[in-house]
Amino acid sequence: MRALRSMIAGVLMGGLAIATPAVGPALAAGDAPTPPAQNWSFDRIFGTFDLAAAQRGFQVYSEVCSACHSMRLLSYRDLAGIGLTNDQIKAIAAAVTVPQGLDDQGAPKEGPGTPASRFKRPFPNDVAARAGNNGALPPDLSLLSNAYLNGPDYINGVLTGYSDPPAGFTLMDGMNYNKYFIGHQIAMPKPLSDGQVTYADGTTASVEQMARDVVTFMTWAANPEMVERKQMGVRVILFLLLMTCVTYAVKRKIWADVH
Amino acid sequence: MAGMHKSEIANPVLNWIDSRLPVITMMQKEYGVFPTPKNFNYFWNFGALAMVNLVIMILTGIFLAMNYQPNTELAFDSVQRIMRDVNYGWLIRYVHQNGASMFFIVTYIHIFRGLYYGSYKTPRELLWMLGVVIFLLMMATAFLGYVLPWGQMSYWGATVITNLFSAFPWIGPKIVTLLWGGFSVDNPTLNRFFSLHYLLPFVIVGVVFLHVAALHIVGSNNPLGIDVKGPQDTLPFHPYYTVKDSVGMCVYLMVFAAFVFFAPNYLGDPVNFIPANPLQTPAHIVPEWYFLPFYAILRSVPDKLLGVCLMFGSILLLFILPWLDTSPVRSARFRPIYRILIWVLVACVVVLGFCGARPPEGIWVILSRICTLYYFAHFLVILPILGKLERPLPLPESISQSVMGGGGGPMPSGAHAKPMEKA
Repeated sequence: MRALRSMIAGVLMGGLAIATPAVGPALAAGDAPTPPAQNWSFDRIFGTFDLAAAQRGFQVYSEVCSACHSMRLLSYRDLAGIGLTNDQIKAIAAAVTVPQGLDDQGAPKEGPGTPASRFKRPFPNDVAARAGNNGALPPDLSLLSNAYLNGPDYINGVLTGYSDPPAGFTLMDGMNYNKYFIGHQIAMPKPLSDGQVTYADGTTASVEQMARDVVTFMTWAANPEMVERKQMGVRVILFLLLMTCVTYAVKRKIWADVH
Repeated sequence: MAGMHKSEIANPVLNWIDSRLPVITMMQKEYGVFPTPKNFNYFWNFGALAMVNLVIMILTGIFLAMNYQPNTELAFDSVQRIMRDVNYGWLIRYVHQNGASMFFIVTYIHIFRGLYYGSYKTPRELLWMLGVVIFLLMMATAFLGYVLPWGQMSYWGATVITNLFSAFPWIGPKIVTLLWGGFSVDNPTLNRFFSLHYLLPFVIVGVVFLHVAALHIVGSNNPLGIDVKGPQDTLPFHPYYTVKDSVGMCVYLMVFAAFVFFAPNYLGDPVNFIPANPLQTPAHIVPEWYFLPFYAILRSVPDKLLGVCLMFGSILLLFILPWLDTSPVRSARFRPIYRILIWVLVACVVVLGFCGARPPEGIWVILSRICTLYYFAHFLVILPILGKLERPLPLPESISQSVMGGGGGPMPSGAHAKPMEKA
């Protein structure tokens, strides 16, 4: 029994040790309050992306965010992952102009995008992006949802957390007050306001709705493999569970004559 | 000594091979009939699990290297290309990424097993020391590998850790320049880290071979910590321990799969999803979880050189552990005081882990100092004295006698508590 107790204690201690890094960066958030936890379609073991929300989120990104923020790791063909058809993707890609190598005189050539084209970037480089945004660099959104602890909640909090600064809070020039942004001073002006986009499916475009939609889209963009991964995981775990039972039964049988 | 080996293999083809190169006889001897104490508990799975983990890391690593670009301009995006465009690249990478954590979980339990059951004591000192060498190589490999994705924490982790060497007087700055291949962490650093990250696992394979060879000379320790007295105390490795290791492996793979498929980034730092930026330091630079206790020891003293020495010393002192522990009794089961203190040590290491994840201020500094003090006192002061003072419980006469008595299960007290000789 003592050995068993020791073992359980060991496992618990190990568990605590593993939990450590997850707790660590939470404190790194400094004085900003934790944004309220949301229920996301992609949460939990069987969670998948709400594709309608992700498509609406793509619309928000295209019409609002993409004016300043790049998503350089995505290609238009990736949009099949949120349920767009090939024709839709071709049309979206063809609407942008992208560099297409050199013409036969050696001069840089431009032309309509194809599904293989990377998402068009709003600025040619980081210096231009800073120059166009009061010195601040709008971060690339490809992986942003993974780049914070509880990233979806955090980004949702920032998008909906704009308010007037509390009395006595001095904002630096050109900065905006945000309840949830780390340090509370954010260079990005309030990006969303009610009715800013018109959803094709008739969903009311409130700030909360658009924030949730674009966060769903960004989380898909950062983890496009998530649904396949979870589905494979369920099968792998079930298989291993079966194998554990079989192997344990064989072990019992082989060891039956020992002692 | 020339001449062919007299093989007893029936199959003529295998016999032909075995007569000229007796690998089959060797495997038969070392993994077939190899006499193994019959009283192993599941803690004895973890050596085999670590071996499996090493193979998984090397295999996934080879396929990652086919798609990875060790160039500061390309590294981050090439990793994302693996995640997005390489067929099952996300699976290979998440297995490799979480495999590092699993490797440390398994190895820490393996080391704990050695500490608890006194597996480092004579005649297994060299076996233990080879294990410490493997542990050091693992730490180096894990650190080098963490730099390769070239995220913010990769870059700044590399900067902090390589800078530690600058604490050494005179040669320190020269070592750092050599590690960097220049005057800051940059492309040459990434190139050499990639090269070394590919090399070191094969060095680990070599030392693991020596570790296993040494094990097969002196034989395994066991939960009672007493010597094997004869054939009645042992079982052939196959099928008894091949099947028992298989049970452990299924459970281990389940834990591994749970991380890979359902929480692949849980053990990682979110900041590493931002590409390396030499002009912007992250708010808190923290190493991966498996280094946190040592990171806490490093920061527990205000002096850089002393901190570096303590950090390296905390691992290096394991080399002399067989001579620091003066007790002739191996297993903690028969050492009433040591059995408590080993858990105090574990608690200290866990607390140090928490301290390492926090900014070094307030209560965390005090806690890391107390725990660092105990860590070193445990090995350097308590173990040498305890061996002389502690009154061990009577040892069972033999493994088979203890097993017959139903060792571990509910049994009348004193069933095997007769006074015995010491191990």
